[in-house]
Amino acid sequence: MIASHPFQFFLWSIYPYLMLGSFVFGTIIRFAFFHPTVTAKSSELLEKKTLMIGSIMFHVGIIGVFFGHIIGVLIPKAWTDALGISDEFYHHIIAMPAGAFFGILATVGVYILCFRRFHDHRVFHASSTGDLVVIVALTAEITLGMLSSFVAGPTNPDFNYRTSLAIWVRQIFMFHPDFRLMLQVPLMFKFHVIFGFMIFGAFPYTRLVHALALPWQYVSRRFIVYRRRPKI
Amino acid sequence: MRIKAQIGMVLNLDKCIGCHTCSVTCKNTWTNRPGAEYMWFNNVETKPGVGYPKRWEDESHYHGGWELNSKGKLQLKAGNKLNKIALGKIFYNPDMPELDDYYEPWTYDYQTLFGPEKKHQPVARAKSQITGEYMDLKNGPNWDDDLAGSPNTFDQDPNMQKIETDIKANFEQAFMMYLPRLCEHCLNAPCVASCPSGAMYKRDEDGIVLVDQERCRGWRFCMTGCPYKKVYFNWRTNKAEKCTFCYPRIEEGMPTVCAETCVGRIRYIGVMLYDADRVAEAAEEPDDTKLYESQLSLFLDPNDPDIIEQAYADGISDEMITAAQNSPIYRMAVTEKIAFPLHPEYRTMPMVWYVPPLSPIMNYFEGRDSIGDPEMIFPGIDEMRIPVDYLANLLTGGNRIAIKSALYKLAMMRLYMRARTSGKDFDTEKLARVDLTERSATSLYRLLAIAKYEDRFVIPMNHKEQVEDAYDEQGTLGYDECQGCSLAPQHSSMFRKAEAGKSTAEIYAETFYGGIWRD
Repeated sequence: MIASHPFQFFLWSIYPYLMLGSFVFGTIIRFAFFHPTVTAKSSELLEKKTLMIGSIMFHVGIIGVFFGHIIGVLIPKAWTDALGISDEFYHHIIAMPAGAFFGILATVGVYILCFRRFHDHRVFHASSTGDLVVIVALTAEITLGMLSSFVAGPTNPDFNYRTSLAIWVRQIFMFHPDFRLMLQVPLMFKFHVIFGFMIFGAFPYTRLVHALALPWQYVSRRFIVYRRRPKI
Repeated sequence: MRIKAQIGMVLNLDKCIGCHTCSVTCKNTWTNRPGAEYMWFNNVETKPGVGYPKRWEDESHYHGGWELNSKGKLQLKAGNKLNKIALGKIFYNPDMPELDDYYEPWTYDYQTLFGPEKKHQPVARAKSQITGEYMDLKNGPNWDDDLAGSPNTFDQDPNMQKIETDIKANFEQAFMMYLPRLCEHCLNAPCVASCPSGAMYKRDEDGIVLVDQERCRGWRFCMTGCPYKKVYFNWRTNKAEKCTFCYPRIEEGMPTVCAETCVGRIRYIGVMLYDADRVAEAAEEPDDTKLYESQLSLFLDPNDPDIIEQAYADGISDEMITAAQNSPIYRMAVTEKIAFPLHPEYRTMPMVWYVPPLSPIMNYFEGRDSIGDPEMIFPGIDEMRIPVDYLANLLTGGNRIAIKSALYKLAMMRLYMRARTSGKDFDTEKLARVDLTERSATSLYRLLAIAKYEDRFVIPMNHKEQVEDAYDEQGTLGYDECQGCSLAPQHSSMFRKAEAGKSTAEIYAETFYGGIWRD
């Protein structure tokens, strides 16, 4: 089976680990040795009005979408079946409306942000190549995701991601992915998955890494910080 | 009680001529780097005026500083900690000024001035330092310099809007003053309190507020937290930067660059001891007009033996205590009460203080058409051209009495010295009415008018050599981690010459021609 599909084997059994490895080790290296470079790279000083709509929509949307993926992919179908939740109910009452809501927020947001980055002169000139690549990559990935869920999904009624794709994702985290599960998946989903892993692989080396720099200590910190240097 | 030492500054506005020397020397020292072009750690504003950034004093718009919540406790005006996350402010900071509120920095297209002879005089056009495109200049630093009398800027000053008495902005009654501004190095600094990363801090030994460039994550809450808008965002490094109170000079006992270069000798630097445990309590004074006095109550008498003993116990050095005893800041702010903090109603406990200006009224008494009777000075100050209300809104949170007594004192001191130097009689009983004696009036005159270098600057040495592991501090105080920020790449030709084996004198002769940088 592996011999007859060497490329498919690489794509669905090796490539994800390359990218996740890059994500994990890259993040560790970035935070350990390049900590001062971790910032959100705000451009709010240069342009404010479009950012307000774009940034809020995108961030709220993408956080919703992220948790949507976790729920959709990590909760096995058997569990929802055991709870008596039918496929029909799961898809049409929970997954699709919530996915559509956050998906549309993220999509509209990322298109606004992408337009802003290239259209606003100040923002464009202050952008690094990495910033431009990141915004284009996110726009493409979110577009692919929306096309998968709302075009490729409904037009392939035989395909249920919970019985193929989701199992494969869980297998990745258990270190024995079966690449055959991915062979019958619609093309749009495949692109979405491949591109998504690529973004995870590039994550630590770009501005995206700011998503992991959460200031937990602020919640419990006193307001005024004094720094004292120890005397000899 | 926990005693800390705080370095502070007093600016004698009576002598400020608005020459901008402080701003320019500061800029040349600290902010002539890419990404920092629009920043002025020190700037001089004409008051009444719009200010920099535009209308920075309008806290109903920018939400800077502190306020009291319903329980009477201090709370950041921009919202408490949870509110910042709940309202999605981490994705978009609604209170942040935009670049146009400062100005878009530009340079000129100097190259067009050189070249073959043309029919028309060549013109260097303005070019944006951000986009590199030609731009029409519509706003810039000090765009309203010296325009305080004009109705355009008059209406836009938030301090004017608070004045109830009717002031007409007509030419005969126009007034203006200069207000040099820098970071206040507040005791209750809202920028430090706003920073989610904990990158901003007050130095324990002298209270200077700094941004740790290695820990700054570019949240920008410090920019909006600061009601004076004196924390800036470097669009190139994506980190916050601010006035450092020239800490490398202060550590060596030297004054800041702005103070050193002030041609009018208006700036004084010294230390004060204060009770750090009582700062929050003092800032929670509910009445805006009493905040100035509430701040004064924090400062401790450095000559009191009990205070000295406690200061030693809290690790304050001998040198610092001696400096506090001779501090010109303590003298002007606490003893004589002629210097006031800028906008105490922001509840920040600022540490750059201002002596209110008196000049227009003194002309009334000393100038060509002066009136003869010095008794008229008290009603005269009430009728002063710069309204006391305006000064009170600026410097005491609306406390008119404090401003007036300072002006009375300054005016009386000048009348006394004038009488003495011109050999006229002066009823010294009058001095007592403003809490002066002949001796204190003379010494105050020496401090304010003669303003000797060693009287103006009483700065203790920091003794960094007694602190272990200075290597740890790399990057936490300055901007060395800022790629592309140094000037070296821009002037790299000079370094290539050095590599090619030229002597320093040769490089100097080639690079600086008649004082002009020829890169």
